[in-house]
Amino acid sequence: MESTKSQKAKIEVRNLDFYYGKYHALRSINLSIPEKMVTAFIGPSGCGKSTLLRTMNCMYSLYPHQRAAGEIVIDGENILDGKRDLNSLRARIGMVFQKPTPFPMSIYDNIAFGVKLHERLNRSDMDDRVEWALKKAALWDEVKDKLKQNGNSLSGGQQQRLCIARGIAVKPEVLLLDEPASALDPISTAKVEELITELKDDYTIVIVTHNMQQAARVSDYTAYLYLGELIEFGETTSIFTTPKQKATEDYITGRFG
Amino acid sequence: MNLYTKRRIINAVNLSLSMAAMAFGLFWLGWILWTLIDHGFSSISMDVFTKITPAPGSNGGLLNAIAGSLFMTVAGIAIGTPIGIFAGIYLAEYGQRGWLAPATRFINDILLSAPSLVIGLFVYQIFVASTHHFSGWAGSFALALIVIPVVVRTTENMLKLVPNSLREAAAALGAHQWRVILFVTLRASKAGIVTGILLALSRISGETAPLLFTALNNSFWNANMNAPMANLPVVIFQFTMSPYDDWHKLAWVGALLITFGVLGLNILTRVLFRSKTNLH
Repeated sequence: MESTKSQKAKIEVRNLDFYYGKYHALRSINLSIPEKMVTAFIGPSGCGKSTLLRTMNCMYSLYPHQRAAGEIVIDGENILDGKRDLNSLRARIGMVFQKPTPFPMSIYDNIAFGVKLHERLNRSDMDDRVEWALKKAALWDEVKDKLKQNGNSLSGGQQQRLCIARGIAVKPEVLLLDEPASALDPISTAKVEELITELKDDYTIVIVTHNMQQAARVSDYTAYLYLGELIEFGETTSIFTTPKQKATEDYITGRFG
Repeated sequence: MNLYTKRRIINAVNLSLSMAAMAFGLFWLGWILWTLIDHGFSSISMDVFTKITPAPGSNGGLLNAIAGSLFMTVAGIAIGTPIGIFAGIYLAEYGQRGWLAPATRFINDILLSAPSLVIGLFVYQIFVASTHHFSGWAGSFALALIVIPVVVRTTENMLKLVPNSLREAAAALGAHQWRVILFVTLRASKAGIVTGILLALSRISGETAPLLFTALNNSFWNANMNAPMANLPVVIFQFTMSPYDDWHKLAWVGALLITFGVLGLNILTRVLFRSKTNLH
């Protein structure tokens, strides 16, 4: 089913090691994430899947004792070499977190906040952009009459779609999703998953999930991590039906984890 | 005895103990407020707000003291709040690396618990002694020195309550740190920071010791911050220590005004911020 799509790699991870202080959290990870597809990271808690995701937009650089070594090459540029402007990098790589994080401002301003960082738009262009992002995140119909309301007044599921809309509004190339549905009810989860499937036409998506069914449902490629090491990486269908490694099989069949 | 009966008894005992503790606290507070109203309320008249402090035996009010207190409190807050907020932001948002932030925090804590008398003496030594006269500005600086540690502490604490996920979310969109602070974390902790400023305001409204050595007092109307300035706490102190009955009455009125002024301001801010924070 992926035959119509190109197999070009958007993100190449090469010999990546990651440290929280002295703790060695990721051990020489090598992985290439294909463009305009959904790649899922699965594995038990503490295996390093979120850590791996957070290196892809250099989130760790906010914290003094976190350190990455190796290369993460996005479109031919190594983002870990310390020469990039992180803010323009992050404009190209959006991120949605486990818990919804609406900013303490109106729904409209939540979307406009990110856009204003990178573009100068006049009022009507901004209105169009906000509407476009909210439609793309399947939230427009629910909020179009209350754009001036505080983002915190929405339900959890709506807040998470607001955060996705906020990420999309900046028009990134990559979307990093860190367990985006784990704090949501089943109906909101279904909406978010549907959204992911629609978004992969335009974006390269990387999703961390605890939920293996979710990985099987939404992703094209799956990486299984355990204790900071990449155990297996491949097309989701083969990982879930004919895993090469015994450890992967044990995890996805529920014998472990 | 049945387990649930036992738990119910323990619960009842603990609840009554905490109610008793609360009642004990409220009793003294109520008594203080009642004494203030009892002694002060009957002496409130238009004269209090329109006439300046009188000589013993003559008619007068507290106009110069009220005005002086307002001037110096406003100036003290205006000087102390920005410094306090900036320092608080530094400690909470930038202070993860290095030794400067822990050292600042430690010194701030000492300043927070320093007796206000010491602060008064300090300003006397470096400001009053070098300008050779008491002044409203000296009083304002002393008050600002009391405001700063309170605002630093509350600003830092309130900013630290903002979840890191919110900072990460803003940074992940490509926002510079100053933008994250200005538009996201400060906004999220606005109510708490204002509470801190109010706490500082309440604290300095009744401070006598730092003003005694700096602004001193003034029996006449004065709006010049470079001259000695009347203020409610020092007037209350002076009038209470005097043997004159009419001065005693004015002292009670002054105490009543400070207490209910601070109370009213607290209630007002609470009401204003309640309607806004309801959305959260």
